[in-house]
Amino acid sequence: MSLSERLHPGLNLAGTDPEGHEAAEETLFGFWIFLMSDLVLFAVLFATYAAMSVQGIAEGPRPAEVFDLTAAFVETLLLLFSSFAFGLAMLEMKYRENRRGVLVWLLLTGLLGAAFVGMELHDYYVMITQHAAPPQASGFLSAYYLLTGTHALHVSSGLVWMVIMAVQVALIGFTTPVKLRLMRLALFWHMLDVVWIGIFTFVYLYGVAS
Amino acid sequence: MNWELIFGQIKWTSFVFAGMIENPSLSEAIASGAGSIAVLGALATVILLTVKGWWVPLWRDWLTSVDHKKVGIMYIAIALVMFARAVIEAALMRAQQLAATEGAGFLSADHFGQLFSTHGTIMIFFVAMPFITGLMNYVMPLQIGARDVSFPLLNAISLMLTMAGAILIMVSLVVGQFSTGGWSAYPPFTGIDFSPGEGVDYWIWAVSLGSIGSTLTGLNLAVTIYKKRCPGMSLFRMPLFTWTTLCTSILMIFAMAPLTAATVMLALDRYAGFHFFTNGDGGNMMNYANLFWLFGHPEVYILILPAFGVWSEVVATFSSKRIYGYTSLVYATMCIAVLSFAVWLHHFFTMGQSANVNAIFGIATMIIGVPTGVKVYDWLLTMVGGRIRFSTPMLYHINFLLTFILGGMTGVLLANPGVDFQVHNTLFLVAHFHNMIIPGVLFGMFAAVQFWFPKVFGFRLHEGLGRASFWCFAPGFLLAFFPLYWLGMMGATRRTYMWSNPDYVPWLALAMLGAGLILAGFALMVTQIVVSVRQRAQLAAPLGDPWDGRALEWSIPSPPPAWNFAVLPNVSSQDPFYEAKKAGIAYRSPAAYEDIEVPRNTATAPLIGLFACAWAFGLVWHIWWLAIASFVLIWVVVIARSFATDTEETIPAATVKAANEAFLAAARATPGVTRDREMTSDNKGRAHPEALEGRAGTIASGTAVEAL
Amino acid sequence: MPPREIEDEGRERRSYVIGLVLALVLTTGAFAVVGLNLLSGGAALAGLGLLALIQAVVHLRYFLHIDLQRSHRDDLLLILFTVLILLIMVSGTIWILYDQHVRMMP
Ligand code: HEM
Ligand SMILES: [Cu+2]
Repeated sequence: MSLSERLHPGLNLAGTDPEGHEAAEETLFGFWIFLMSDLVLFAVLFATYAAMSVQGIAEGPRPAEVFDLTAAFVETLLLLFSSFAFGLAMLEMKYRENRRGVLVWLLLTGLLGAAFVGMELHDYYVMITQHAAPPQASGFLSAYYLLTGTHALHVSSGLVWMVIMAVQVALIGFTTPVKLRLMRLALFWHMLDVVWIGIFTFVYLYGVAS
Repeated sequence: MNWELIFGQIKWTSFVFAGMIENPSLSEAIASGAGSIAVLGALATVILLTVKGWWVPLWRDWLTSVDHKKVGIMYIAIALVMFARAVIEAALMRAQQLAATEGAGFLSADHFGQLFSTHGTIMIFFVAMPFITGLMNYVMPLQIGARDVSFPLLNAISLMLTMAGAILIMVSLVVGQFSTGGWSAYPPFTGIDFSPGEGVDYWIWAVSLGSIGSTLTGLNLAVTIYKKRCPGMSLFRMPLFTWTTLCTSILMIFAMAPLTAATVMLALDRYAGFHFFTNGDGGNMMNYANLFWLFGHPEVYILILPAFGVWSEVVATFSSKRIYGYTSLVYATMCIAVLSFAVWLHHFFTMGQSANVNAIFGIATMIIGVPTGVKVYDWLLTMVGGRIRFSTPMLYHINFLLTFILGGMTGVLLANPGVDFQVHNTLFLVAHFHNMIIPGVLFGMFAAVQFWFPKVFGFRLHEGLGRASFWCFAPGFLLAFFPLYWLGMMGATRRTYMWSNPDYVPWLALAMLGAGLILAGFALMVTQIVVSVRQRAQLAAPLGDPWDGRALEWSIPSPPPAWNFAVLPNVSSQDPFYEAKKAGIAYRSPAAYEDIEVPRNTATAPLIGLFACAWAFGLVWHIWWLAIASFVLIWVVVIARSFATDTEETIPAATVKAANEAFLAAARATPGVTRDREMTSDNKGRAHPEALEGRAGTIASGTAVEAL
Repeated sequence: MPPREIEDEGRERRSYVIGLVLALVLTTGAFAVVGLNLLSGGAALAGLGLLALIQAVVHLRYFLHIDLQRSHRDDLLLILFTVLILLIMVSGTIWILYDQHVRMMP
């Protein structure tokens, strides 16, 4: 069965585009390794946060005083649906090579992602203006902003990348390089959602629960 | 006019020469001298390139190249240039410490601080790292029978990022000051309160550029080894250098991230008032040490593992024997790689955690000695019963075994927290890590240069001068560093620019003598290269196999063609080329040739490097327009590149065939040289295999078509 | 589209849908634990951690298509190795910093 001939993480092209499938193996493995190294970066940010959110409060507010769980929940949903939408974009690419279909799903993915970033910026704004909690206020807040900010930066660069891919889909169409780029972006996007699981669990939920 | 908008914090007093004009002293004169050398060196290079008309070839054949071989050579060129600077700085420090007993010596405290900081930073990030990276880049694809690495352009980008970092450090000689915080840059000293000014920022951005480059290199080389091995090259048929390359690459992938995190946090503290490592406000400077050494300890294994690979190749080749305990060497390498992530705390035993924490990390550290010991025995046993040729690389190897063991033992001493409390931060530690790094990594790389030089350039290096240089380096090292063990135990602290204890003087004098010998060794090495280039006709070994080599890289011409292998080899054992020679089937013509696709040269990488350098410079000096513009430009280049389609060119099968058949015919026609004539001009790179000793030398060339 | 492809697409689409549903359930569960004050302190950490772990596996399985098949081993091994390194780094860091913190308490 073609679906079992998986060569790399993420959606495989086996079955519909054997040539692209072969070409994808090396490239996607390379990108997967990059993601692993990115995960290590997030891991040390998490570890730093774990220590500083307890030991680095100083005169500043505690986690429970500044976090808004409703916003975090909505952000989580936005990112999750965005991830899902990207999955459907990839199916559209794989099975129909339909530019319009892919672009529509990409647009939806991008809008959800942009809404996520927008909400996070709003969170920051509220924290800074209403809770007097800018990153300079304490070690805890420095670590909080760095961790969530690094994630938000990743999401934002994913959005830029998505715009470029939309242009390439529209102008170039589904050549193998374009497909491989979309597949890498998909991995990136899904992985950012995995990292977010860590953030909403250990930063927001545990921060409020403890 | 608001000049700060344009020039950021650069003022005319930022230039090193201003210090000399404002308060002339020997220390300032030396700083200005160094600045002048940097400027004059750059100027001389520009003039040379112009006069010789080399700008175009430099750009067309080198900077824009994505060929792993050229990338490798450029890495090593960076390493050698930076080594020249860092080793001179080392000698200056030795001279200062000798001169500064009960007196101030000739360097200011600040200048001395910059010297050990640049020396350490350069030696680690811009000598050792580019050296091993260049070597892995050059040799590994040839050993696994590949035409290039998996992502050639990414490879060139890594190189250019490293080069950008190196240039930034060179610029700091002339514009502004460097950090005085040592190569590890511990806050809070390196925080903005105690180190205002640009020094630490130079350190941060130079190191960050190098570290990003290394992460990408690790990724690239690991994928190459996983996905690009030639048919039949199973993992356990790979040469040991390739194995160590794999493990080092994996370490690079995982270990550079904590460094990036640490430098980013330090930068946020300094630029934006965050509180990661500050005194007070919830900052925790001990986390810096933690993060830095999460990177720092794996880093030392990143450096040593490729050298271990070199030693394995060298000892097998020059003992004319298959390596002893191949499998154990592989597993030892893997164990070391994994364990190296679990010992980082031994760098800060004295920081105040409880004895239990120290004990556990101390024990973990001692355990690493075990796989390393296994390796040493394997190398020794490889020599047993072999026919050893004492050529330069082998001399380095034997020297390595003798001195590295001593360094390892002092390492096990230091792994004991109780002992470490006594000698922490003394010259004992400085002696220990130089004892590992110089005979291990640095001499490993020197041995590699002697060993693979004929492969890279098609002619051997002058053996006599090679030995002469070895006989300066090896005793020079002993003299320069063994006294430091003593000094450390007498209480001499590291990073100290003047002393009050006259008992130190004799030992410091010995160390100075050693540093002098090391300088002489380096001078001889440069001479060796120059002389060899002059005598390249006599030393020529274009047929590719001057040392009776074992792995695939020796089966192709020297220097190798752009496509490396005319036809991808098919491997059925370890040491495939050696086995082929033994079986008399080397140098056979393949049945058919095919067109070969190679990537075209591109300006992408050098442009990214240029903008990265400008970006970092802008950040160092708070020249925001420059930082923003170059950051945007970096990404414009990346995006523009993603729209390029015509990125490959085809080399027709006929071209490949003509070149390869000419090489094979020459190889078959040349009588093999026996090992006792290895260092004579008879050695054209066609070996008479030791394995065939006593049997007929040349192969009949008539029926030489290999069934593929 | 050939029938085999229709079938394949259905299967792959189902994978994303299952992933989405499971993720929604797990996420809501996690927020409910805190919103309704079901657990606190160490128990909260353990419970939330478990939910997060399961959700991460769900994402890896259904969105990133990592599974236990042989041909897929390299990727899985890589992620397991990464997890090992992450555990060493994170637990080590927290342990060390916590230990130092405790010993600095006045
Ligand atoms: C080749 C001859 C070398 C000499 C004579 C030499 C000499 C020195 C001296 C005098 C110091 C300062 C010690 C102190 O703190 O008082 C030093 C520090 C250091 N050296 Fe070397 N060195 C040499 C090669 C190397 C190499 C090859 C490396 C690494 C690849 C290296 C890495 C370092 C580092 C990391 C430091 C610590 C800098 C700091 O304190 O932050 N050195 N060396
Ligand atoms: Cu260490």
